[in-house]
Amino acid sequence: MGLSTPSTSHLSQSKYDSVYEPAEDTYLLLDALENDQSQIQEQAPTVCVEIGSGSGCVSAFLAKVLDPHSALVLSTDINPAAALATQETIASNDCSNCVSDQIRTRFTQSMDSRLCGSIDILLFNPPYVVTPTEEIDVTSEASAWAGGKHGREVLDLLLPNVAHMLAPRGRFYLVVIEQNKPDDILELLQRDGLLGERILSRKAGREHLSILRFIKK
Amino acid sequence: MRLITHNMLKCHVKNCTDPDKQFPLRFKDVQLEQIDAERNDEFLVRMLPRIDWPALSKTTKELDITLPETVPGNPEDDEEFLQALHTAILETHIKQGSMLCDGCGHEYKITNGIPNMLLAEHEI
Repeated sequence: MGLSTPSTSHLSQSKYDSVYEPAEDTYLLLDALENDQSQIQEQAPTVCVEIGSGSGCVSAFLAKVLDPHSALVLSTDINPAAALATQETIASNDCSNCVSDQIRTRFTQSMDSRLCGSIDILLFNPPYVVTPTEEIDVTSEASAWAGGKHGREVLDLLLPNVAHMLAPRGRFYLVVIEQNKPDDILELLQRDGLLGERILSRKAGREHLSILRFIKK
Repeated sequence: MRLITHNMLKCHVKNCTDPDKQFPLRFKDVQLEQIDAERNDEFLVRMLPRIDWPALSKTTKELDITLPETVPGNPEDDEEFLQALHTAILETHIKQGSMLCDGCGHEYKITNGIPNMLLAEHEI
C-alpha cells in the first residue's frame, strides 16, 4: 500500500501499558481511509475528530491521508495514557500538514455544541467486544475493548448524535464486528439521513471485522 | 493544546448552562509555550468561520496576546491579520495549568498540553 503505517514503537514504554496497541481492527480502518483518499482530499475537510484515539495510529494516519491538505485533527480518549500516546505518535510521525491536539474526554463531551454540525470527518474504533455490561470501563485496558451486550453499549451512546455532529457532506468511519449487528447500525443511521455502506471486511482470527462508512448529504 | 482547541471547549457540568459564563473557559496559572509553525493561509481562512471570535478575543486579552477586535472584511488579503491569527491560535500552546468555569467554578486541569474534560459522577 502507498502510505506507510505510523510508527508506534514508543508504546513499549511502561507508561503506555494500558493503551490499545494497533491490531487488525486498526489496520482495517487505515486501509479504508487510504482507499478513500481521493474522495477525502476532494472533500477538503477542515475539522476532523477521532473518538477513542488509543495509540493515535489512526489520527496520525489521517494526517497522511490528507497531506498536503491541512485540517484540525482533534483526538479524544478517556484514558490519559492514550491521550499522551496519541500526542507522541503524532509528534513522531510527520503530521505537520495538520494541526493536531488531544483532549481527555468521553466522546466529544465539552465540545459538542461548538462542533455540532461542524465535523467533516469523524472516526471511531469503539470498544466492540461482546462482554458482560459490568466489564465496560472497569479498567483503563478494558475501556478500550469491552463493549457490553452485543458489543454495542458504548457505541449506542454515540450513535444518536452522529448525524447532527457531522457537517454537510461529513463522513463517519466506524469499526464493527458481526456481533455488533452492522445491518442494524446501518438502518439506525439511515433513519437519521446518513448514507451508510459496509466498505471493507476482513476476518482476523475469530473476529469478522468491517468498516462502515456514513456520509451526510 | 492550542488556542484553536480551547476555542472549542465549554463547561459541561450538569446545570451549568449560562452561555456567557460556561464559555470560554478562563485560564488559571497557565504555562504557555510558543512553537513556530509554518503558516498556511488557505487553512486559516477556511478555519475562520468555525472560530468563535468574541471568545477568542476575550481569551487572547486575558493572555496578553495581540489580536484584532473584529475580523477584517477581506481576511485573506490582510497579511497582518493572518500573521496575528496564526500566532494566536496555532503557535500558542498551553502546556500546564487549568481552566475555570465562570458559571459553576469547576476547574479543568491541563497536563502535558492535554486538557482533562472528564467530570465526576455527580457533575454529569
